[in-house]
Amino acid sequence: MRRIPGAPFAAAPPEAPLLIVEKAKGALVIAAADPAARRLGLAPGLALAEARARVPDPLVAERDAAADAALGERIADWCDRYTPLVAEDGGHALMLDITGVAHLFGGEAALLQDCLSRLAAFGITARGAIAGAADAARALARATPGSVVPPGHEASAVRDLPVALIGLEAAATTALMRAGLKTIGDLLDRPRAPLAARFGADCVTRLARLTGLAHHPISPRRLVPVALAERIFFEPIARTEDIEATLAGLAADVARLLEKRGEGGRRFEAVFYRVDGHVRRIAVATTRPNRDPKAMLTLFRERLAALSDPLEAGFGFDLVRLGSFETEPFAEVATSLDGRARAEDAVADLVDRLGARFGPEHVLRFLPQDTHIPERRARLVPVLSAAGEVASWEDAVPAGEPPLRPLSLFDPPEPVEALAEVPDGPPLRFRWRRVLHKVARAEGPERIAPEWWRMADDTLDRDYYRVEDEEGRRFWLYREGFWGHEATAPRWYLHGLFA
Amino acid sequence: MDGKLIDGKSTARVCIEALRRQVAAIEAGAEGEGEAARRVALDRGAVDAALGGGLRAGMLHEVIPAAIADAPASSGFALGIALRAAAKGAPILWVRTRAAARETGFLHADGLAALGLDPARLVLVHLDGAVPVLSAGVDIARCTALGAAILELWGDPKALDLTSERRLLLAAEQSGVTVILLRPGARAARGGAETRWSVASGPARPLPMNAPGPPTFDLKLLRHRHGPPAGPWRLEWNRDEQRFQPPPLLRDPDAVPRFGSLAPDSRGALRRRAS
Repeated sequence: MRRIPGAPFAAAPPEAPLLIVEKAKGALVIAAADPAARRLGLAPGLALAEARARVPDPLVAERDAAADAALGERIADWCDRYTPLVAEDGGHALMLDITGVAHLFGGEAALLQDCLSRLAAFGITARGAIAGAADAARALARATPGSVVPPGHEASAVRDLPVALIGLEAAATTALMRAGLKTIGDLLDRPRAPLAARFGADCVTRLARLTGLAHHPISPRRLVPVALAERIFFEPIARTEDIEATLAGLAADVARLLEKRGEGGRRFEAVFYRVDGHVRRIAVATTRPNRDPKAMLTLFRERLAALSDPLEAGFGFDLVRLGSFETEPFAEVATSLDGRARAEDAVADLVDRLGARFGPEHVLRFLPQDTHIPERRARLVPVLSAAGEVASWEDAVPAGEPPLRPLSLFDPPEPVEALAEVPDGPPLRFRWRRVLHKVARAEGPERIAPEWWRMADDTLDRDYYRVEDEEGRRFWLYREGFWGHEATAPRWYLHGLFA
Repeated sequence: MDGKLIDGKSTARVCIEALRRQVAAIEAGAEGEGEAARRVALDRGAVDAALGGGLRAGMLHEVIPAAIADAPASSGFALGIALRAAAKGAPILWVRTRAAARETGFLHADGLAALGLDPARLVLVHLDGAVPVLSAGVDIARCTALGAAILELWGDPKALDLTSERRLLLAAEQSGVTVILLRPGARAARGGAETRWSVASGPARPLPMNAPGPPTFDLKLLRHRHGPPAGPWRLEWNRDEQRFQPPPLLRDPDAVPRFGSLAPDSRGALRRRAS
């Protein structure tokens, strides 16, 4: 499908040719031209200066690759309404695998017609073709748009197309042309072995794909949901209550599908297709596999209420879809009277709700790491992503000992000015955040050496001290490096605070 | 028809909830029986006596550091209450703001373990601003399966008013979850909570070689809904038994805490020595 931008220039006289230019080798070159420009012979590849010489006042716009890509994304998103298998196909093309969905739209020809006319209504010029082989459809869309090839007739449909449409590299295409092989039919008539010997094996594989003899699957842009339910509205819906009721219905449908599979989903995505082609996806995740429609609905409600850019209904949604991803086996369990199993579920539900409202990255838990460097001892990970991991913390503290590690840790450690009685002894007093603390008690040093296998050049040993100042506040300080070993005097840092 | 059906369902649910709570109370056993089980003994001494038999669980308690520098001590005390109030192994939820991490650093898993909380039990929620903390707080306080929740709010945010405190309190009362509002830098005192504590870091009992001992807190009960303000007391946290205790009497008279007239609770100390 090609886009020929028109909307931003609607005010301009229709006969003025529109050129999109880009910089190539220091000159402005036409990247795309509208039909009016093409009629005047201004084709892509022509230098802008030359085009200006031929046509005095063309409308010229700089190519905006990012905006082009964004529009391409949006169109691809919108095409999801036809099939979940939508793949980007290089340039401005999209490949839709419509296996088994055409009948929902009244047949293949009707589907193509519907897609193209809706895109045209958005101001997008698109061409398309349907064939049993992806490569054949691609070639036909470029050569004879609108064609729908019945199954098994790919070979005859592509016979008359030029060899350039096989999709070989430019050099190979030129070689074919030089050999006098102008159409794909010329190639199909020849034995394959000499073709492969002369033009490369790629030529033969592509011919096979083109005629549907070799299967070449497309790689869809998005994960295909395991369970999917949708509602199509002839009268678009816009009210919040309607949207919620729709979601409730869809959740029940998805739950039924999941139940049939004996599974629960860990991620759910609602997709709202607005009448004007805008597509909005809203996803929620759960800690455990889940197929309770009520729980799904609660999470979506939380998410919708917390969106920083709310769901704009505009003129309404004509299609709403709910899919479940990352499913896992899920068995119904009988709840015991003491509710122990239920308690775990309740906490998981709370985590899911908070995750839906504030984002999963805000609800965290500790995972132990295999290191003795204090600041790397634990990693904070979202509860959602670490649901399966079992954290085991060995009880490092011997009975009867006071806490040897502080309740909170500064990262990075905060530098302090400290004065010690002897160079490698505990500090006598130190100044932290402009307050002077006189040390009343201290214990140490506890030496923590850097890990030599990941040592950067400047990491030094640390001697840690637990100290209590005269006011009864407890700190964790360390001296970096040894006295006399390093060129500069050792520096002191405050690393943590004890309760 | 529909209304009746829902009614029937909800009464059944309430019934089951009540039964569950009874089962939990019976299994918790030692603490007491029935509604009295919802009290948590702190030191089994003077503090509990002032509270009328222990801190009430399933309530909103406010913990305020005496000075900003006492924020770590107040966190430790709040964690102590949470550990006392939570059923064994029940998850504890801690809501913090980024501002808190800037002021007092990030919570350290090993340090939590050193105070007796298995880090695997902790769910940490990092939020920005008081409004999200309070809105999350209400949901958290409603979750019956939690052992306890600590909501850390710095300063005097506008969002924390009498209404929001009442809302937290009601949610905590209904679910039975003990919610601790940790408020470093708080100035305004409002009347929503069941108790309000002022916590300062107390000098720890010296260990051999003049090493600092276990976490020690100087406490004052600033407000108590069912009694007069009381204190001060000095308690230390016993990690191994997961309880507060008065620091043992010191032999060195110079090392007696600076309170002078407020010597440590000798009664408690004597009793412990006898046992």
